[in-house]
Formats: sequence, C-alpha cells, structure tokens
Amino acid sequence: MSKLKLAAKSKPAAKVRQKQIARPQLPKAPTGIHGLDEITGGGLPKGRPTLVCGGAGCGKTLLAMEFLVRGATDFNEPGVFMAFEETALDLTKNVASLGFDLKDLVARKKIVLDYVYIERSEIEESGEYDLEGLFIRLGTAIDSIGAKRVVLDTIESLFSGLPNPAILRAELRRLFGWLKDKGVTAIITGERGDGMLTRQGLEEYVSDCVIVLDHRVSEQTSSRRLRVVKYRGSTHGTNEYPFLIDEDGISVLPVTSLALQHIATSERISTGIPRLDAMLGGKGYYRGSSVLVSGTAGTGKSSLAAHFAEAACRRGERVLYFSFEESPSQILRNMNSIGIDLQPWVKKGLLQFHANRPSSAGLETHLALKHKAISAFKPQVVILDPLNSFVIGDNEVGVKAMLMRLLDFLKTEQITGLFTNLTASSGVLEQTEVAISSLIDTWLVLRAIDSGGERNRGLSILKSRGMAHSNQIREFLLTDHGVELRDVYVGASGVLTGSARLTQEAQDQALKMLHEQEIERQQLELANKHQALEAQIVAMRAEFEVQKIASLRITGQEQAQGAQLAQGRLDMGRSRKEDATANKQIRGSK
Amino acid sequence: MNANPTRPALPKATPRKEEGSRYVLRLYVAGKSPKSVNAIANLKKMCEENLQGRYELEVIDLYQQPQLAQGEQIIALPTLIRKLPAPLRRIIGDMSNTERVLLGLDIQKKT
Repeated sequence: MSKLKLAAKSKPAAKVRQKQIARPQLPKAPTGIHGLDEITGGGLPKGRPTLVCGGAGCGKTLLAMEFLVRGATDFNEPGVFMAFEETALDLTKNVASLGFDLKDLVARKKIVLDYVYIERSEIEESGEYDLEGLFIRLGTAIDSIGAKRVVLDTIESLFSGLPNPAILRAELRRLFGWLKDKGVTAIITGERGDGMLTRQGLEEYVSDCVIVLDHRVSEQTSSRRLRVVKYRGSTHGTNEYPFLIDEDGISVLPVTSLALQHIATSERISTGIPRLDAMLGGKGYYRGSSVLVSGTAGTGKSSLAAHFAEAACRRGERVLYFSFEESPSQILRNMNSIGIDLQPWVKKGLLQFHANRPSSAGLETHLALKHKAISAFKPQVVILDPLNSFVIGDNEVGVKAMLMRLLDFLKTEQITGLFTNLTASSGVLEQTEVAISSLIDTWLVLRAIDSGGERNRGLSILKSRGMAHSNQIREFLLTDHGVELRDVYVGASGVLTGSARLTQEAQDQALKMLHEQEIERQQLELANKHQALEAQIVAMRAEFEVQKIASLRITGQEQAQGAQLAQGRLDMGRSRKEDATANKQIRGSK
Repeated sequence: MNANPTRPALPKATPRKEEGSRYVLRLYVAGKSPKSVNAIANLKKMCEENLQGRYELEVIDLYQQPQLAQGEQIIALPTLIRKLPAPLRRIIGDMSNTERVLLGLDIQKKT
C-alpha cells in the first residue's frame, strides 16, 4: 500500500483510469441515484427491463420512484409509474417526504401515475384471456408523455389477482419483450420469494439486470444493502453495498472499490504542534494520509485531534469532526480549558461536528452517513474520535471492513484523516482493537508513564510512512496554552518524566555549575603559572644579556692586547733590521 | 391520470335477483382478435338465451378507445363488466364457459 502510494505519481494514475473508461459500453440510462450509477458503470441498461427485488420494506418502490423522478427532472426522460399495490394518492404522499413533488411532475406531463386495481373476489374467469388491456393501458400512458422510463411496481400482484398463472406467465414474458421493443428503460419490482429472487420467478423473464435489496438487522441495528446480482453485457460491482434512505432519497455507497489508485501528494501539513512537526521531519503529516493516535484513557488523544483541527482551520481548510463519545459543546469546553478555542471556526463554518452514538445505527449505515456528510461538506480534514467505540460485542471484522472502506474513501478524496483509538490499559499499545493499524500511515502512541508517585504522558511515533521521523519519546504536557512536547530525561537511572525529570534536571544543573567552577579555577591557575614562567624567562634573558656584554668586552680587550703584542714584535724587528722578509710580516699584520 | 385512483364508484344499488331486473353489460375487447370475436359471439348467444329483452350490451374496442382502459381498471381482455344490477362484477376470458359466465353474472339459467 505504502509502496504503491510512494511510487504513484498523479498524472499516470489518472491516465490509466481514463483509458479504462474509454472502452465501448452498453448504452445505459443513468438512475441519478447517488452511487448506483457508479456501481453499474453508468446506470441501468437503456431500453431494457431491470428487476429490482427484495423483502418487504427494503426500498424497492422508492428506488424505482427515484429512478423515475430523477429521469424526469435530471435527464429529461419522462416516465410511467404503474402501481399495483399503492394508489396514486398514497404514492404521492409517501414520496413527498423525500422531496419528490409528484403532483407537479404529473401536471407538467413528466410522469404518469397509474394505479392498477385488481380484486380477485370480483373477477370470474370464463375461457382464455390475455393481458392486452394492460398493454393498451401502458402503451397509452407511454405515448401520452413520450415516456422513456417505466416502472411496474409490483407486477407479481397480478398472480394473486388473476386466475390461471400459466396465461399470466406467458403474458408477462410477452410484456417484457414488448417493453424492450418499445425501447423504454424499465424497472420491474418483485417481492423476495422462498429460495428464489422473486415469488413468481420473474428473474427468468427479466434477466438483463437484476438488483437485490436487503434490509438486515444484526445486533439490534439495521442496515440496508444493495447488490447487483446480474448485469448482462456490462461489468459491475458485485459486492453488497450499504445504502441509505433519507430526506434526499437513496444513496448507495460504492466505497468497497478498493482500487488503491489514490494519488499521494508530497504536500505536508502541520500537526498544530511545532514540536510534533519537528519530530515528523520538521513538516508534519502528509496531506491525504491516515493518522492514528492511540493511547490509554486520558493521555490526550482528543487534544491532539483538536490541535490538528485548529491548525487546519487556521489554514482556511474545512474540518469535519465525528465524535462518538462527546457532544460538540463538551468538546468545545474541554478544548477551551487547554487554550484551544474552536468556537470561532465553528461559527465561520470551517469546523463541523457530527456527534452520535455508534449504536445509533448499523456499521454500514454509519459508513453511509459519514460518506454522505463528507461528500456534502467537502472537508480537507476528517477526525474520528474515537474509533474503538464502534466495537460492540464481537463485530471487529465488520468494523475493520467499514473503516477500511472509509479510509480508502478519504484517501481517494485526498482528505487527511486523524483517528483516535483508546487502548485498554491491559492491552498492547501497538495494537488497535479495530485492527486497522496496517492501514495507517502515521501512528502516534500516547502512553502514561508512572513514576515517582505521579502519572505523566509520553508521546512517540510508532511509524510514519515515507518520511524521516524521530524515534524519541517526548513528554507530552497539557498546558493552558495547548499541548507542549518536552524531551524526557534519559539518564543512568532510566527515563524520567514530570517532577522526577525536573528534580533530575536541577541536580544536573548544580553538578554542571560545580564542574564549570572547577574548570575556571584550573584555567586561572594555568594562567598564573604561565605568567610566572614568562617573568622568569624575562629575568633569565636579562642576565644573559649582561653576560653577553661582559664576554664581548673581554674578547675586545684580548684582541687589543694581541694587536699590541704583534705591533711590539714588529717594532722590535724593525729596530733590529733582521732581514728582508720583514716586509711580508708588515703586510700581514695590517 | 385518474383523479380517483381506486376502483370506479359503484352504481346505486338496485334490488338484485329480482325477476325481470335489467342487466347493463359492457364487454371490452381488443379489436378483431380471435378471443374478442369469440367473446362477442358467445356473450350475445348467452344473453339472447337467458336475458332476452332485459339486457343492454355495449361492446367497446379498447384499440379505438384506449383511454377507457385506465378508467375502467381493465387489465385482462376480453373483460365483461356487469354495471347493473349492482354489485359490479367482472368476468374475464372469451366467455366460452357459459356456466361460469352465468355464475359470474348471477343469472339463473333457464331450464
């Protein structure tokens, strides 16, 4: 994962994706439903019928209706809704809560609603019949507004309303063929049957595309899922995708597409704590990376998160803060106490809180909600505080799957995610309950250090992919002006923090002073000695000079004496007139 | 679209099974299809035999008046609707089974 991330450069990755899209595709009719078009690679097969099936209350009618309404409003494809179960009035009322104004669409000739009433007790059969009436009815409706889309909800009701299933089967087969000939994109809904997708085995007739909806309850929480069972002539996502029904209609989350093709930037963003930035190669986290802050209770995980949030807001980025244990006002108050004022950012609209209990919905629904909130707010930073509260009972596998998808989504969107995780004090620090550690790019571990009758906090970087980072444990202080990181004392007596560190530091200071004084004294002594020696040298030199002068004088006298002696001898010789060689001697003595 | 999407309002109740009560019948067919032709022939024969002089039969071709299909809640063809006497009754098929038609219309077969 990390290797790919490092190697991937933005442009080639994008090109690869474009190439894949460029292949010829089956013509498709976009549904306009969030996510469904992504799973199906563009929508339902155009001009063909699609079967949507599932149990009671799983959202078949709604999906079909949204397909029709979006078609009419967004894609200029009018549609016919033929209802076999709900009256037009009921339908209109039911979907009004989703913001669909059917009355208006009907008045503008964008949609035709036709309620088919069948009452078995009023019908007697005599001889052969066919469903030509239904064909005529549907044909009239389609032609009246030039419909391109048709919904038959739920056509299987015919089986309970009309006798002779053999005729019905033949007629339905004819109907689906006829719809294809008409070139309308149709959705046929069917109730889930025993061992079959639908009670009457409609999947045998409508086999171009089959979508199964499911509404499951586990651990008392419900989640809706959608799966494309079959799609002839097209690739499609085959997983079960969670989907949501809310005031905006249906949204399906195709976040299981773990393509691992996200672009990794080398942009770095500050953690909000200068010293922590310094520990992370001097620049902070990578943009778009996943950061995990784990630690035991009360070690300051949320404070780190708040710092990061504030730093992001200061840069003018949007931050989405999902809180699962504290209410927004509680977070604001608590962070205020350590000097982080988040209120202005909330007011400015840069910081948004989403606080709800993990048990408020199923995991998939949570994922869907988060996905939706992120898509709507478009934040640069997302904070989840804390992750482990999702673990209820033994749903760890589910939680991991959910978080993996969420992380993947964040990465694709280039959103930096910061997650906190509470480690049970008995647990191993380097392990998360939700087992997502392998997905994390930067992992900070906060730990409580018990020593000398007090509890202090320590911070270390367990890993940080793709950057040089400090291997040192720092003491983590919560002051009234935020988080501060200090060097811990590592000495002969081990790692010291808190007052022990302070004491040790004071002792060290004293020792150091003594040491310094000693050095000073020794230096002074040396200087004195030097001076004394210098003086001695001067004195000796003076003595030497004296001796030198004296010896020179003696030499001078001796030379003078020598000369006199020679002169004396010469004079003597001259006076004696000894011989002719005396001339030479005169010359030599000069 | 149908303003009242439920079934069409019932005609006012008249005493039923009364000897000599009038039958108002409507037969919806689809053009000249074999089933339609058969249904018309079978029904006319049955009416002449059992309801002579006290019935009114209207044959409606939905190909000609397709908009009636929705208003009358027609799905299957041919469909025979007994408008009067109340309550409304529907019989679908080519009317080949006279017994069933008579039963459906609640007519005592003449012996």
